[in-house]
Amino acid sequence: MSDVWIQLVLLADSTLRLATPLVFCALAGMFTERAGVVDIGLEGKMLGSAFAAAAVASVTGSAWAGLAAAIVFSCMLAMVHGFACITHRGDQVVSGVALNIMVAGLGPTLADAWFHQAGRINVTGPSARFTPIELPLTETIGQVPILGTLYVELLSGHNILVYLAALALPLSAWVLYRTRFGLRIRAVGENPSAVDTAGISVEALRYRALLVTGALCGFAGAYLSIAQNAGFQRDMSAGKGYLALAALIFGKWRPVPAVLGCLLFAFADAAQARLQGVAVPGIGQIPTQLIQAIPYLLTILLLAGFVGRAIAPRAIGQPYVKER
Amino acid sequence: MRGKLPVWVNVGLLPLLNLSLAFLVSGLIVVLLGENPLEAVRLLVYGAFGYGEALGYTLYYATNFIFTGLAVAIAFHAGLFNIGGEGQAMLGGLGVGLVGIFLGHWPWPISIPLAILAAMAFGGMWGLIPGWLQAVRGSHTVITTIMLNFVAGALMTYLMVNVLIKPGQASPESVTFAESVWLPQLGPLLGLGRSPFNAATIVALLACVAVWLFVWKTRLGYELRVVGKSEPAAVYGGISPRRQIIIAMTLSGALAGMMALNEILGAQHRLILGFTAGYGFVGIAVALMGRNHPVGIVLAALLFGALYQGGSELAFDMPAINRDMVVVIQGLVILFCGALEHMLRGPLEALFARRTEAVGQAQAQTA
Repeated sequence: MSDVWIQLVLLADSTLRLATPLVFCALAGMFTERAGVVDIGLEGKMLGSAFAAAAVASVTGSAWAGLAAAIVFSCMLAMVHGFACITHRGDQVVSGVALNIMVAGLGPTLADAWFHQAGRINVTGPSARFTPIELPLTETIGQVPILGTLYVELLSGHNILVYLAALALPLSAWVLYRTRFGLRIRAVGENPSAVDTAGISVEALRYRALLVTGALCGFAGAYLSIAQNAGFQRDMSAGKGYLALAALIFGKWRPVPAVLGCLLFAFADAAQARLQGVAVPGIGQIPTQLIQAIPYLLTILLLAGFVGRAIAPRAIGQPYVKER
Repeated sequence: MRGKLPVWVNVGLLPLLNLSLAFLVSGLIVVLLGENPLEAVRLLVYGAFGYGEALGYTLYYATNFIFTGLAVAIAFHAGLFNIGGEGQAMLGGLGVGLVGIFLGHWPWPISIPLAILAAMAFGGMWGLIPGWLQAVRGSHTVITTIMLNFVAGALMTYLMVNVLIKPGQASPESVTFAESVWLPQLGPLLGLGRSPFNAATIVALLACVAVWLFVWKTRLGYELRVVGKSEPAAVYGGISPRRQIIIAMTLSGALAGMMALNEILGAQHRLILGFTAGYGFVGIAVALMGRNHPVGIVLAALLFGALYQGGSELAFDMPAINRDMVVVIQGLVILFCGALEHMLRGPLEALFARRTEAVGQAQAQTA
């Protein structure tokens, strides 16, 4: 019994670790998309900030400096997206694709030229990474049966970014639903001309939404390179930005369901790693590739309206042209 | 008042200006890396065109990009964005691979056309799914094609690791096909050395002609463009947008799938994982640069073929630059030629409007 319990807790634990970058990224995407701008570029922003975090953390030896660099670089990429899509009314999908591709090449190129480790950056040293934090009283509470394991294994021992991701959810939900900024974001994604009529600049609002997105993607990228892993590698985001986008759509562009989507996808990932080569009673071996494909298949089914219906913000993807 | 741009500006000057901007930024990055950008250009051009084998490689890469560029373009004409070229090419490879593995020993006049059909059918099917979903269920192709890329990747990995792997082999590769089904190499014939330049290039050029005929000379192609320009107009004109969307995405997938002919049947001669190597995404850049016209696509594909081939030579000669620099340039080209195309268009339109106005006034004065 206790063995199974520990296995379950460990599974939940790795779900949390895997969900963290998805949560940051999905919440990031939520702000841009609710403001009416498509953001395919989550992947690129995450990868770019993973590079920036690793580069700065390995030079300065400070994880916080790495995080700051990640946020700054990610916001810069978001501003390029805004310049193309908001100022010049370019195609939002094309712009996102362009940024993703550019960053996928830029990271390894700069890493190779500056660090000479074949496109990698190794981040070593105690303060250059976000290391696990032991919550207080683990030893005492660990003695308690069942709940003690939960506290020690599941709640304690994560790095600070995991806890920040958990905080990011209520904070984002509050900003989106309880602040004037959030109300305007939602309005500008549904009916930009109404917002314009009220004397609020649609463009400025969308730029600000993109900045929020950039900052949150910065956390996701920093988590990849200086918390979860010890350095930057080419393509290390490995589609997580698209997965987060899928979770966002899966959650119908709302914070809590989107994060639940992230947890579901992360759980599939964690379970997949444990099920490798294990025969499930009655079913036999499940191909790990099938489990890997499940998040994408679920999103397609949802988009097709076979399981629920995902309705996007009304004005998404359309550049706003002020009438003159 | 803003005038319309003359054709030569729209299809010639504007893409060239945008391309120059992309190259300018790339040059700045090269400077940032501590190398001389002009020297880099010289090495790149020599590496892409300087000798027979290099040219062969350039044409070989360009062939991939013609297929994926046409795929993106035909979807664009119907107002759709197909980011799924990567997955569709993978499935095309599966079709080609199945013919190669199981029917490769058949006489080539049967097996090679079968392989071409299989590439089109499998790739087309992977385009049909998002097409149908868009047309009937209203799910946006941008998202569904991205998702289907990942599904295709998982499917291919499963098949290669568990089913199609050569027995006793550690890495996921199929058996080598019988030689009769290999596409003929054109390199030795044309004095282009031992490059993988092969007959798939001819198929690619034929596909260009076919796409041109289809889009501009057939009724179906006309209807496709009407749907792309305005769905309400299409409905008013008695055209079913649903049917056109499904047709466009299927053809788009079929064209992307044909990329596998060049890679699998022309060069690898066995099915491997990861042979698409991002070429599906290059197709987006190629279509944007080539203004979705077959002639433009061939030129843009040549440019990107040269960048890929010259770029790997450049990485060899300049230690500070690696192959990924080409990917950066590709991203910048998509950014400037695609997302930022209005940036220069507006000022240019204003400029030409003023010019025509001035000419008009001058004529009025002399009269």
